[in-house]
Amino acid sequence: MNPQAQVACRQADGSTMLAQLRRDLLLTVRARSEAANPLVFFVLGVLLLSLGVARGDSGGGAIWVLALFANILAADGMFQRDADDGTLEQLLIHRRALFTPIFGKLAAHWLLVGLPIAVLGPFAASVLQGSFANVETLLASLLLGTPTLACIGAIGAALTVGTGRSGLLLAILVMPLYVPVLIFGVGASAVAASGAASFPLLMLAALLVAAITAAPFAIGKALAISQEY
Amino acid sequence: MGVAAVVVVKREHLLTEALERTPLLAATGLSCTVAGRCLFHSLDITVEAGALIEVRGVNGSGKSTLLRGLAGLQRFQAGQVTRHAAIDYLGHKAGLSERLTPLENARWQLAQRGRAVDDRIVQQALAKVDLADASWELCTALSAGQLRRAALVRLIVGNAPLWLLDEPLTALDQEGVRLVWQLIAEHRARGGGVVCATHGSVQADGDCHPFRAITLA
Repeated sequence: MNPQAQVACRQADGSTMLAQLRRDLLLTVRARSEAANPLVFFVLGVLLLSLGVARGDSGGGAIWVLALFANILAADGMFQRDADDGTLEQLLIHRRALFTPIFGKLAAHWLLVGLPIAVLGPFAASVLQGSFANVETLLASLLLGTPTLACIGAIGAALTVGTGRSGLLLAILVMPLYVPVLIFGVGASAVAASGAASFPLLMLAALLVAAITAAPFAIGKALAISQEY
Repeated sequence: MGVAAVVVVKREHLLTEALERTPLLAATGLSCTVAGRCLFHSLDITVEAGALIEVRGVNGSGKSTLLRGLAGLQRFQAGQVTRHAAIDYLGHKAGLSERLTPLENARWQLAQRGRAVDDRIVQQALAKVDLADASWELCTALSAGQLRRAALVRLIVGNAPLWLLDEPLTALDQEGVRLVWQLIAEHRARGGGVVCATHGSVQADGDCHPFRAITLA
């Protein structure tokens, strides 16, 4: 391929991704209540835990577990609507580069679920721990961890898209894969007090790179299989 | 004399076309068995430029399965499908997001093909399928027939040389049916190929000669 064609191809891929991102954001804006559900769940969970169980040092862990559950909730419907209305078929037929639209979809999903949770994290910490201590470590770990959660959740959603009401199956599939993120995420908060949080944060970053690289391919393959009867 | 000359010119034109390009799609030895029932066995299909192939058969005879397989959505148990050109598939599902307008849907579809989005072309296509007034309404607000018309926009703006149409006349009124046959005729005149599954006969519905038919038992 000559350099000009390569540039054109790259531009096309970029605009494909942006178009997918724009479409998914637009769809979510038109279904606001649906999109708000995981965030409302997260906030309510924090409030319930602060009343019932975890006050004090376990606050970071509680926030991470709630972030995991909120992500599973959000991932559930990620591809279902596209499969129902046939846009998924269209996406698969023009699979010149399935990577880019899926990447756009993941980006939209993270912007609508992961990012708000990461931003709400410090406030959740203040509710659960009663202080803003080590809040920058928590924020950094959530910002690094939530995209990985989105990628893993999307793999689960793609695998279960053909199975009808699949919420519980999705949770069972995805939870074991969330474990490394949970360990290093909670670890970052736990050792933040001693000022040695860089290792867990680096591990979270490594997981993020691995997830972003591998997830779109896994998702594409799973979606293709889901459309075969 | 004049007529004969025209025929010769046409044949020459066709010959150069045939030499220039391989068939749009070539499938050999297709076999498909669903739930222990053989739908088709050792089926060969070649779609050349300008061809119209009608896939006939009763309900459950495998028309949709065949088209989905040719589109690459499904694998056959045996056989090989070689696609030499971009395809467009119109299935039972319209392929339109309900919460987007027909215009926004078309924009997304163009972007999926790595193409620059030109709203004027999309608006022209919407006018052609008689949806110019509804181009800013969400697809939830459209009737079943209007939704099928909105799906046709994708064929018009998509520029794919090969169309795979699965019951394209579903839910359309008489005007819509005429529109589909007109689109198919225009597409073939441009050198595109069409594989079309219908209940009715192509011959009865539209002026579409010549065409070939495959009947699935």
